Amino acid sequence: MSTRVISSPRTTGEPGERILRYSLAERIHHWVGFLFYFYCLITGLAFWSPYMYWLAALVGGGPTARFWHPWFGVAFTISMFWMYAMWDRDMRITDADRRWKAAIKSYIENDDQNLPPEGRFNYGQKLFFWVMFYGIILLLISGIGLWFVEGIPSSLRWLRYLSVTVHVIAALATIGAFIIHVYMGTAMVRGGFTSIIRGEVSTAWAKTHHRLWYEQVTRRQSAGR
Amino acid sequence: MSQATLAIKKISGHPGPAPGADVERDYQVAKLIDTTTCIGCKACEVACLEWNGYTFTETTFDNSYQTMPSTAWNYWNLIKFNEHEREDGTLQLLMRKDQCMHCADPGCLMACPADGAIVQYTNGIVDFQQQNCIGCGYCVSGCPFDIPKFNPTTKKMFKCTLCSDRVSQGLEPACIKSCPTGCLHFGSKEDMTYLAESRAKQLRENFGFEKAGVYDPAGVGGTGVIYVLHDVTDPEAYGGLPKDPHIPWVVRFWKGPAKWIGNLAMLFGVLGVTLHYFRYGPKEIHPPKNGDGGKP
Ligand code: HEM
Ligand code: SF4
Repeated sequence: MSTRVISSPRTTGEPGERILRYSLAERIHHWVGFLFYFYCLITGLAFWSPYMYWLAALVGGGPTARFWHPWFGVAFTISMFWMYAMWDRDMRITDADRRWKAAIKSYIENDDQNLPPEGRFNYGQKLFFWVMFYGIILLLISGIGLWFVEGIPSSLRWLRYLSVTVHVIAALATIGAFIIHVYMGTAMVRGGFTSIIRGEVSTAWAKTHHRLWYEQVTRRQSAGR
Repeated sequence: MSQATLAIKKISGHPGPAPGADVERDYQVAKLIDTTTCIGCKACEVACLEWNGYTFTETTFDNSYQTMPSTAWNYWNLIKFNEHEREDGTLQLLMRKDQCMHCADPGCLMACPADGAIVQYTNGIVDFQQQNCIGCGYCVSGCPFDIPKFNPTTKKMFKCTLCSDRVSQGLEPACIKSCPTGCLHFGSKEDMTYLAESRAKQLRENFGFEKAGVYDPAGVGGTGVIYVLHDVTDPEAYGGLPKDPHIPWVVRFWKGPAKWIGNLAMLFGVLGVTLHYFRYGPKEIHPPKNGDGGKP
């Protein structure tokens, strides 16, 4: 099967055609973010539960995990803001999203023919992005409260309680979103995983899952002809 | 403790039962601090430093006899001074030896996430095991007495060990050994409670301290360090001894129900997506419909 990426100004819509969904920069940012988040996730879970403390051993033991967890958190925050700069405009909630959201049951039940067309990202993906974005802001602020052990005087000890509560709630929210994200990206939406590695999707994929985006890209392509 | 197993149970060729074989032992130890006979000499502070191998370092002068504002990672024992004004306007100089209280229900231990960083021995001593400590500081959140202190260089927590090393060898803690007035006592919790109560009674009946009593707070299950106070209704006056200490409810919730709620939520998340896959499977790419898309 010949693989043609739409970088040339023409699209034919023939079955074997591939279309560029994620630029190299986008893919790299995604995986850098993943690395930082995943480190925070497994070390955080190690601190969270004695039954998962062994996870800390995977990254060099408890004290090492404790040392690096906040730093990786800071790194993830930076990477998240980078993704924000890259995707902010794509991630705004639009009218198409609202229509799609109203029909989300069809999406869950894989009844995609009945879904209103979506743009580059669907409502669910955008929701994931914003949960991560606001989640990391909360995690950073509360994480700083946990980070500097001597930084909080005993008269302000309520700050410790607040920090740990916010950190746990925000972490759990991102973990929930993360589970769904990984499931969708690997098992449920086939082709999604390759797209975030190699960057390309088939035109059929694009038409099925992100029709408005597909139309937009192909229109742009042909306009530039 | 190690000697406990070597107590003699049976003896060969001995007339009658082994002496002491049917004696019940109370392994629970306690330190008794009688604030009414403390003279603030700080011998215990020095003994603590010496035994634990710390040297004296610079401190903050705070217009008081107190050595430093609070205990430190390398200063586990501190006499807290307070010029307390009584209701009748007279002054009372209160001195209280501050250190880890060795709670029966230790908040530090409940809060700690690291396997084996804090242990409680059967004799009641709560001890930090620095080799397992990850330096997260959760113990600080759990402690109602503000005792665990962080060493920023090694990133480990430290506090009074109740001289677990000495006690395990049948010795009394270093502070007890050094006290010149005998205001410090060490023994079984039962004996110390008895001694403390009789001293409090004496204070009430013979010295006019009507509110004298024993501080052994029930909120933390009782403590391995108990105080005799002139006025047990106002422990706060003794350099901030909490009136009703307990493990903060946030810590209890976080280390109890929150774990269940969080873990179940994560489990249901993973189960949920798995079941979704079983039921609905992956998404199909619909066959391109006629005249649909593809057309620029
Ligand atoms: C944004 C920067 C972040 C900072 C500065 C930070 C900092 C911290 C600190 C200092 C702790 C205390 C425990 C320890 O380190 O031993 C902690 C715990 C934790 N962190 Fe983070 N963190 C950050 C991001 C994250 C992220 C992205 C996650 C992802 C899930 C996460 C999940 C957790 C969890 C689950 C705990 C354990 C809470 C508990 O013990 O109940 N953190 N974090
Ligand atoms: S600082 Fe050390 S002792 Fe304190 S809670 Fe953390 S691991 Fe446990």
